[in-house]
Amino acid sequence: MLAHLINGISLGSIYAIIALGYTMVYGIAKMLNFAHGDVIMVGGYVSFCSMMYLGLPAPVAILAAVFVCTVLGIVVERLAYKPLRAATSLAVLITAIGMSYFLQNAALLIWGANPKAFPNMFKNIEAIEFAGARVSPVAIVSIVANLIIMIALTLFTTRTKVGKAMRAVSEDKGAATLMGINVNFTISLTFAIGSGLAAIAGVLLCTAYPTLMPTTGSMPGIKAFTAAVFGGIGSIPGAMIGGILLGIIEILARAYISSELADAIVFGVLIVVLIFRPTGLLGKQVHEKV
Amino acid sequence: MSKSPEVKLVNVPSPNFVPEKDIDKPLVLEAAHLGIDFGGLVAVDEFNIGIGATEICGLIGPNGAGKTTIFNLLTKVYEPTRGTIMLGGKDTHNMTPVQVNQMGIARTFQNIRLFDKLTVEENVKIGLHNHIGYHTLSGVFRLPSYWREEKKSHEKALELLDIFGMADLANVTADSLPYGAQRRLEIVRALATGPKLLLLDEPAAGMNPSETEELMNNIRKIRDEFQIAVLLIEHDMNLVMGICESIVVLNFGRIIAKGTPSQIQENPQVIEAYLGTHRG
Amino acid sequence: MKMIKNASTASKKAFINYGIVIVFFVVFQTLVSTGNITSALKGQLIPITCYMIMAISLNLVVGISGELSLGHAGFMSVGAFTAVIVSSLMDGASNPARLLVSIIVGAITAAIAGFLIGIPVLRLNGDYLAIVTLAFGEIIKNILNCLYVGIDDKGVHFAFNNPNALGMDPLGKVIINGPMGAVGISKIATFSGAVILLMVILIIIQNLVNSRTGRAIMAIRDNRIAAESMGLSPMKYKMLAFTVSASMAGAAGAVYALNYSTLVPKKFDFNTSILVLVFVVLGGIGNMTGSLIAAGVLVVLPELLRKFSDYRMLVYAIVLILVMLVTNNEKLKGKIDTFLKKFRMNISKGGRKK
Repeated sequence: MLAHLINGISLGSIYAIIALGYTMVYGIAKMLNFAHGDVIMVGGYVSFCSMMYLGLPAPVAILAAVFVCTVLGIVVERLAYKPLRAATSLAVLITAIGMSYFLQNAALLIWGANPKAFPNMFKNIEAIEFAGARVSPVAIVSIVANLIIMIALTLFTTRTKVGKAMRAVSEDKGAATLMGINVNFTISLTFAIGSGLAAIAGVLLCTAYPTLMPTTGSMPGIKAFTAAVFGGIGSIPGAMIGGILLGIIEILARAYISSELADAIVFGVLIVVLIFRPTGLLGKQVHEKV
Repeated sequence: MSKSPEVKLVNVPSPNFVPEKDIDKPLVLEAAHLGIDFGGLVAVDEFNIGIGATEICGLIGPNGAGKTTIFNLLTKVYEPTRGTIMLGGKDTHNMTPVQVNQMGIARTFQNIRLFDKLTVEENVKIGLHNHIGYHTLSGVFRLPSYWREEKKSHEKALELLDIFGMADLANVTADSLPYGAQRRLEIVRALATGPKLLLLDEPAAGMNPSETEELMNNIRKIRDEFQIAVLLIEHDMNLVMGICESIVVLNFGRIIAKGTPSQIQENPQVIEAYLGTHRG
Repeated sequence: MKMIKNASTASKKAFINYGIVIVFFVVFQTLVSTGNITSALKGQLIPITCYMIMAISLNLVVGISGELSLGHAGFMSVGAFTAVIVSSLMDGASNPARLLVSIIVGAITAAIAGFLIGIPVLRLNGDYLAIVTLAFGEIIKNILNCLYVGIDDKGVHFAFNNPNALGMDPLGKVIINGPMGAVGISKIATFSGAVILLMVILIIIQNLVNSRTGRAIMAIRDNRIAAESMGLSPMKYKMLAFTVSASMAGAAGAVYALNYSTLVPKKFDFNTSILVLVFVVLGGIGNMTGSLIAAGVLVVLPELLRKFSDYRMLVYAIVLILVMLVTNNEKLKGKIDTFLKKFRMNISKGGRKK
């Protein structure tokens, strides 16, 4: 049981890191970036290639993945989403789905459909024993990384000027513009941070579940969105709580109910949350103006 | 918040101010002690009104006084925090906008809400929706009732559009109409639902004086022809004073005066709170 | 979104679509009977027709009702697996009768699924609605992955998540075997049957759209608050569109399933839903003619251009993004309009010079 809980928290931490990207982008650009999950996959491939083909050490490979994904995030936003700021949410979502498909199929052409066996990134870290349960290196890294990222992001959005600008844009784009905030820059920055985090999540995810395919990111992506909604979209601590709870639910469902039905149960959580508490655990209420 | 609690009110609260011709008929709408709070902020409070069966009543007040909020309360877009709304003698507590429309209340919107991509005729037919008597399946299988009722609703739609001389625009999409015509179409569409009470939210906004004049005549014509009551929000004082039989003045979410146009024009509080800002 | 201008142009458009279906059928039926068709393409005829049904039925939800549904393949699979069971039970009856009953029962089951799923889903809006339909699509797939059905002398046996719980006679036959899917399906679907179904569904959709019900659905799409104030219940009409659309996907799934001897639930995953959405978007949201053509062309084209099949999805993705950018960005739209105008002027000038 404890082992399952630890696994759940570990997987949940990865979801939380991905969910942060969703929650920030949704909060600021008011769009569901469907392609976010596929950025995870790109991060996985970039770190894989850096290690296996270029022979770079693990930390450098992770940095490379973060760099590539950050740039990718900015480029995707500029090319596909920015021209649609004024469009309906239907149009933006379809575009995001198109982008998701583009990334998956581009990966398919570049790296092929065969799954790649992802190397162990954290050979130098020892597994630890915790109350009789083994905590794997990747679990340690995931949990620690999640905590660090969470604290750093909270400080960033509350203490720094740019972070405050971000919150201002998420409250009211028009007013933020009038206050002299560069909205385009702020949105780009949000995508950059979200995508960089997705790269880290990609490395963690591929280390924990070492098969890498072009579709690797899509399911965790959707589940992380579920986590973001669960915790309350737009909320940074919400993403962490939602992610970890979802990770635990998934692992327990897999262990005690059915591995075939684990995904269905996770999605069931999404549906229940949206129906009974659409603003999530920590979200805010919004009114429609008539 | 309210700066005028001790103002002496004209005919407030009810007994209602109802024109003589409607005195023997039941009130079409009666609201008592109506109020709503938004997040602890009192938006409307102690709103009392009774509208006679064929009365034209004006609801005026400075911007932000809560006029449109009252429309949203009466049409149940918002559920009131306090008070009751009786429509044709029935309490509308916990009813939906759909239900109160079917009970005889129809409205237009301050920010025009037409079905943009549909034609003028289709917009009116949507207003007629609940009076078109064929089942979905009759439509799918094109049974005789479909053809009969569609023909009837086509004729009815043109007839209604003709009130505003818009019958020749029937096949134009709503978003291609000029602004004034869009406002008129909203009135026709609301009228098509067969209301007993028509709520008009700034019907003359953006119209020139001659258009406004025509609108006034048409509002009167609609009232006389359909024998319905009209409650209208308007900033154009010529229109309000010209056609309203009674006027309710709102400020900071509260009624500060009720009366005939001449009573309202003479009321010093109204002049101070509202007309003063307009008439200098 | 293109809208119907008035009754006469609406019925003209409807008849154009009937014409397209008839031409589609006549051309391919002739090619088949004269033997001028590759066997690969011939095998695709029924799936193409099913995808056309999928596209126009999804367009009813996305284009007419204005809700983005990402779980359409889920309803298709409900219809498909229902049809497999029904057709197995009717072993011995004539094939057209089996096909017809399978389609009807498949459509009804999918409609029930659509109704039940619609209750929670249609209370949501926009992105949330989309993601929840996706979630339901995946849930349906997961549930079908756990479904075991067998038939023996005593009747039908169902088991969930545990094949040993079927409790079958040794002589009984397993027809749906969890993740392995349906096996030993009798291939009773025919091209003409599929086209008749397509025609019936097209008629239903077009007549529905051009009736008071269709107007109500579109009114709610264009302005929910105004529609409510006109006495139209959004839930009622959104539900109607969603359920009808689901039942049509179920009917398409039934025909689709009975065209193969085996079928796995994974076939109807999220990717299939997206593929159908691609047809709808590329054909023009709300445009039934476009859906028909896009579904037809995009299924046939990769068959004809085998070499490029690797690039197919990549190209779809790019085209999808470009279409959205061009149709939804005012600047780009303007630029393209002026470009087209110039282009036309150049052509007409060129024509005069000759």
